[in-house]
Amino acid sequence: MLGRLWDTDGFWAFRHSPAAILAAVVAILIFGGALLAPWIAQSNPYDLATFTLMDGLLPPVWEDGADPRFLLGTDDQGRDMVSAILYGARLSLLIGLMAMLIATVLGVGLGLAAGYYGGRLDAIVMRIADVQLALPAILTALLIDGIARGILPTSAHENLRVVVLTIAIALSLWVNFARTARASTFVERNKEYVQAAIIMGQHPLRVMFWHILPNILGPLLVIMTVDLASAILLEATLSFLGIGLPADSPSLGTLIRIGMQFLLSGEWWILWVPTLFLIALVVSINILGDFLRDAFNPRLR
Amino acid sequence: MVYFILKRLVQSVFVMLAVALLAFSLFRFVGDPVSQMTGVETSVQDRERLREELGLNDPFVLQFGRFAGDMLRGDFGFSYRTRQPVGEMITDRIPATLELGTVALLISLLVGIPAGVYTALRPRGFMTQTILLTTLIGVSIPTFVIGIMLMFLFGVHLGWLPIFGRSGTVEIGSWTSSLFTLEGWRALILPALTLGVYQLTLTMRLVRAEMMEVLRSDYIRFATARGIPYRRLHFRHALANTMIPVITIIGLQFGGVIAFSIVTESVFQWPGMGLLFLDSIRFVDIPVMGVYLVVIAFFFVLVNLLVDMLYIAIDPRLRVKEAA
Amino acid sequence: MLDVKNLTVTFPSRRGDFTAIQDVSIQVKPGEIHGLVGESGAGKSTIGAAIIGLLQPPGYVASGLMTLGDTDLCALTPEQAHEVRGDRISMIFQDPQTSLNPLMTIEDQLIETIQAHSDVSTSAARKRAVDLLEEIGIKNAADRIGAYPHQFSGGMRQRVVIALALCTDPELIIADEPTTALDVAVQSQVLDLIRQLADARDIAFILITHDIGVIAQITDNVTVLRGGRVMETGATERVLGAPEHPYTKSLMAAVPRLDRKLDRFLVPGDGGPPTASDKQGVDAEAWLLEGVQEGGLALEVDSLTVRFAGTRTSLFRKPDPYVALQDVSLTVPAGRVLGLVGESGSGKSTLAKAICGLVNPSGGNMRLGDAALPYGKARARRDPSRRVVQMVFQDPYSSLNARHRIGDILAEPLALYGLEPDKAARHALAIGMLRLVELEPDVIDRYPHQFSGGQRQRIAVARALLARPRFLICDEPTSALDVSIQAQILNLLKDLQAKFNLTILFISHNLAVVRQMADDVAVLQSGQIVEAGPSETFFEAPKATYSKSLLSLTPATNF
Repeated sequence: MLGRLWDTDGFWAFRHSPAAILAAVVAILIFGGALLAPWIAQSNPYDLATFTLMDGLLPPVWEDGADPRFLLGTDDQGRDMVSAILYGARLSLLIGLMAMLIATVLGVGLGLAAGYYGGRLDAIVMRIADVQLALPAILTALLIDGIARGILPTSAHENLRVVVLTIAIALSLWVNFARTARASTFVERNKEYVQAAIIMGQHPLRVMFWHILPNILGPLLVIMTVDLASAILLEATLSFLGIGLPADSPSLGTLIRIGMQFLLSGEWWILWVPTLFLIALVVSINILGDFLRDAFNPRLR
Repeated sequence: MVYFILKRLVQSVFVMLAVALLAFSLFRFVGDPVSQMTGVETSVQDRERLREELGLNDPFVLQFGRFAGDMLRGDFGFSYRTRQPVGEMITDRIPATLELGTVALLISLLVGIPAGVYTALRPRGFMTQTILLTTLIGVSIPTFVIGIMLMFLFGVHLGWLPIFGRSGTVEIGSWTSSLFTLEGWRALILPALTLGVYQLTLTMRLVRAEMMEVLRSDYIRFATARGIPYRRLHFRHALANTMIPVITIIGLQFGGVIAFSIVTESVFQWPGMGLLFLDSIRFVDIPVMGVYLVVIAFFFVLVNLLVDMLYIAIDPRLRVKEAA
Repeated sequence: MLDVKNLTVTFPSRRGDFTAIQDVSIQVKPGEIHGLVGESGAGKSTIGAAIIGLLQPPGYVASGLMTLGDTDLCALTPEQAHEVRGDRISMIFQDPQTSLNPLMTIEDQLIETIQAHSDVSTSAARKRAVDLLEEIGIKNAADRIGAYPHQFSGGMRQRVVIALALCTDPELIIADEPTTALDVAVQSQVLDLIRQLADARDIAFILITHDIGVIAQITDNVTVLRGGRVMETGATERVLGAPEHPYTKSLMAAVPRLDRKLDRFLVPGDGGPPTASDKQGVDAEAWLLEGVQEGGLALEVDSLTVRFAGTRTSLFRKPDPYVALQDVSLTVPAGRVLGLVGESGSGKSTLAKAICGLVNPSGGNMRLGDAALPYGKARARRDPSRRVVQMVFQDPYSSLNARHRIGDILAEPLALYGLEPDKAARHALAIGMLRLVELEPDVIDRYPHQFSGGQRQRIAVARALLARPRFLICDEPTSALDVSIQAQILNLLKDLQAKFNLTILFISHNLAVVRQMADDVAVLQSGQIVEAGPSETFFEAPKATYSKSLLSLTPATNF
């Protein structure tokens, strides 16, 4: 089974694409590091007891005056940068993945139904998508956060920030999935295997999910990858704008916002360590997304 | 053709109505407008009278109709935070954002389209691979990081350009423009670049993908078999057909430009609508949020109507009736 | 004039080099129409592409010589080769719908082509273009030349394509399946035009096609290809009339004849009607016979009308509905095969869809056996007709779900209709049915993409049979298949029909195929039945003018 997978065209292309392999390695390292952060990070950046102000503003080990305990230096609070970015990535990835999954379920469900039934349902879903398009992702996310602030009492909003942020991002990304799923469903619906299933009298849900869905997974997988990158970027952007996560539970975006205060001072690592880490993560996901896009486009082979 | 335009107009009106409804629901249901307008010392009777005066006890549809009517007449209500008319607050900020967005969009088109064409025509060249890798990194860097990097390089490190704010503006009627002085351009260039880079990468990748698709089409193969000179083949035949899907997406991108200007304006402290919107979210200033939404949607709808006109100009299939 | 010697074309790939063309030699003289014929994968189009220098990368000419007059085509630089294209060699593609740039007028496309190869003024080029359009049969050319491609009908568009290939006076035109996308009437006109041009202008044509009828109708010489090699070459009459190579012989035997009905095609490896020899096959046969012992069911369609909503062009006026079927009445007697013929757009497929419930008719009645057949929208998912009526589709590449295993595809009707509650029994029946359609039982665990078109069509037939149908609709079941595969599938359908006494509605645009299959024939034209009756009467003495012209325009395949 594995041998057969190894021999497929897609995997052959993967083995012969250094960029894709490198991206996969980087992505796996970052995902692994984020997942295992509580066990491999030397301190917990959320726990004030694990670091002291005494260790503040130490540079990375290759600079003068560094402390070998802190590989990439510390911030003004004395937090270890390595631990901070691992925990930050953990939070960023958690929100990104959850948002992407919610958007997938919502978008694919609506897109499948719209493409399958056509007519009025399709018109309604697509008009909603039109309106959503007039209000781009970041605006939608900001708006939902604004609404949550207006509705929820301040303390509740603070506690629910991760949830609000995840939902805000998910709701701003579903259109991509819905449009792609709808377009692909339209094509599949007129194919003869689907017509055969309909003629036989199979249940519409079965036709949609058992027959059509497996055949449109290719383009959806590409969007899932690309939108995971978008979700992570969106979270970072919102946190940077101060709308997302607060400083005491820093995601990568929050770390960058904190680092901005040191833009003009000598402590460059506080800004650039999380920034480069975020870029490495998103670049590797996007390279994999690009690779999948080419692999799923038969005409490019 | 007339039907096509009418259909698009109806769709536009629908989008505007939906956004207005959203804005109204925000105003009506997120927080209580009355408690926002009054202090703690106001009595219950006064609140109730105010509620009646404002028509908040009327049926929903009636209230929404009044809201939409007010908007059409240019009455956008008052900000909870500054107590100023929202209309004025927004119109003051429109020129800054529009100039920023337009220059950014121009950068993205003037660089993105040629780059997309080049990389489509030479898919395996070294330059192409370099450009593609660069753009892949380009889409992976958040806009605010690009802003910070540019600011750091040109503002802090080299000290060539100002790092924030808008300056060198000239008043033309009620429009404050920064396009007529060197000072204005110096302040504009970094934010515009920041905003343009992301759109540029999108434009380039889109043009490349569409162009490669067109180059594989039957009519290009047929034109090649007729020995049409390559220059004409690529630019008269292929590029024109590429632009049809591309302009649609560019219309949609305009929304993205306006939205991401929130981020750019925040990084560079550019005094546009985005910065105003960000403040209104922090302070839950619902009327400003709502009007901002309506204004953004209006620009978006307007640009996409223009795109539709362009569409008709390019594509004869929309202009000329099909023969039986 | 054109001399191709020992041409070999190679496509390098990661699994080693693939030789698409091997040692092919062809000579074509001015005024000659030289046919290249073969089934899919024979390399016909690759030869054309190699001659005009437009091989799809990474393919390349590995060895051989190609000369046009005194010019060595292999020695040209890419720039010189591009000069030759259009000027001396031109090409016509299959689909006139996609061959023309939709954004440019016919005029612009003609003038730019003329000016690309000769130094003439725009007005002179325009005059030449108008004259040429008149010559190839476009009336009022001076008025219509300013039109866009979408303003011409399919046949007219193919004429414009020919004009574009012709406007530079090339010595050689390569026509790659030039009539495959066209209806028989238009096909015949376009073929006549090509013959005329070859004779009048002394242009050499290479005509690439899979259709023996087209070859027979207009070519002077023919080269039969298979797997990239030349099987046989010579004067068309000789090669088709008295083939020497075994492959050509078997190919000719597989071509359905328009002039008489054969019991079955004598294709290689066909040993007459198969008899199930193993237990699973016998069981499946018995199971199927048990389900259909009452025999097939007759279908009666009474003044059926189907209208589709037209495309809306005005905000205030409701669009005129498009009438796909108008008062169609026909009967398929139990246990017989009705051949339904007609050109594209005549409503054949709409009728099939109306019967199986995909399309909702706006009037008329349908009866299956003794029971009324409800309209599409009113037909319940559990309606008995859903099982009794089964369909075999045209495109075997899309009629099987690519993500499901053959076993799952075959077991689906058994489970859905509750015909066989036991999973192991379903598996056994599926295997048995595969035996009945002459496939090996071990295919059951594979996916559709691992099979050829013919094998997939067998699987599709097996799926239809596993519902224990009593009425089978075959919608162009062989038109996507090569002719030798078509012969096998037609043999199979005949055998199954005889064995299980099925009632079949057999839809095809190919009259010769219908003659081989049908007991009765009905002719559809623009949604109306113009003639219906016993097959032999129809083919020997058609009554309607339309039927007569259809029959006379179909290229004869009797040699």
